[in-house]
Amino acid sequence: MTIIAQKPHSLTDVPMHYCPGCGHGIVHRLMGEAIDELNIGDKVIGVAPVGCAVFADSYFACDMIQGAHGRGPAIATGIKRSKPEAIVFSYQGDGDLASIGMAEIVHAAARSEHITVIFINNAIYGMTGGQMAPTTLVGQVATTAPKGRDPLLQGWPINICEMLSALKGAKYLERVAVDSPQHVMAAKKAIKKAFENQVKGIGFSLVEVLSQCPTNWGVDPLKSLEFVRTKMMPQYPLGVFKDEGAE
Amino acid sequence: MPRIEVDANRCKACYLCVNACPKKCLGKSKTISKKGYFPAEMVHPENCIGCTMCYMVCPDVAITVIK
Ligand SMILES: Cc1ncc(C[n+]2csc(CCOP(=O)(O)OP(=O)(O)O)c2C)c(N)n1
Ligand code: SF4
Ligand code: SF4
Ligand code: SF4
Ligand SMILES: [Mg+2]
Repeated sequence: MTIIAQKPHSLTDVPMHYCPGCGHGIVHRLMGEAIDELNIGDKVIGVAPVGCAVFADSYFACDMIQGAHGRGPAIATGIKRSKPEAIVFSYQGDGDLASIGMAEIVHAAARSEHITVIFINNAIYGMTGGQMAPTTLVGQVATTAPKGRDPLLQGWPINICEMLSALKGAKYLERVAVDSPQHVMAAKKAIKKAFENQVKGIGFSLVEVLSQCPTNWGVDPLKSLEFVRTKMMPQYPLGVFKDEGAE
Repeated sequence: MPRIEVDANRCKACYLCVNACPKKCLGKSKTISKKGYFPAEMVHPENCIGCTMCYMVCPDVAITVIK
């Protein structure tokens, strides 16, 4: 008898606080597996965001800093530049990364900081109870868009991978999802590559994950997978937007 | 024979694993957990092929697959 799949060593035994069905936990596990497989556990330093993943430092078995809202890429820059041997990640939601932290992510990418960014796009401010995010879909109801997002009033959604792909410093950009076993496997590959790029010194790498938030979408976990497929994917197509090796 | 174990202390009864299992091995327990959920459990252990699909979709890392 051998164990063929179990909780990775790079995660702690602390049960996660996320809502039933939430995508955050799946992504944590994939990151833990990637860190285990690359055998970099003793070198990893993570930055947790403000958002539902604010307690991520309890779940990863590595050194972590909990950053101010949206400032993950700036903190990760500081860590990486002062400890170049460390493997540094910033884990951020779409409110964190694409609203208050937009300047930090754009400039970290432009400078091609040698960091790994895991970006959780759930089209909503989860932690604070469902306010509109820059990534909220046209027509999607949020507490601050009670009639659904109207582009003439609230603007259009921001596609982060497409936007960052215009920057020379952004070396690896891929958008994945965690709605099915097949997509989870592809997400794992992308996340592992984003860490491996840092080991190889390639430069700024970001993986955007379309992630279910059943609670603030007001649906059960199964229906939230449908939402990812039928509502999110047309606006946020999966794929590789940039994949450049070292200079 | 392949089998899986569900950690009832981690499971939050999202049932994404029940949905993902190609062999319809999993179902909902009738016993409430300490956490207050009806966890996922094996209802057809004889059908398990150890494909790990249930493990892959579990948001709470509650599943161990043994072969
Ligand atoms: C400086 C500052 N502004 C605003 C907030 C309130 N706030 C907490 S979490 C959050 C947004 C979280 O949304 P997101 O980043 O998408 O993460 P999610 O919870 O959806 O994973 C906001 C605006 C804060 N904590 N600090
Ligand atoms: S509010 Fe949404 S993102 Fe936050 S833990 Fe719950 S399901 Fe996950
Ligand atoms: S390992 Fe595969 S067959 Fe067995 S319970 Fe999990 S999903 Fe079903
Ligand atoms: S996927 Fe995980 S948390 Fe959800 S019901 Fe199955 S074992 Fe429980
Ligand atoms: Mg969010």
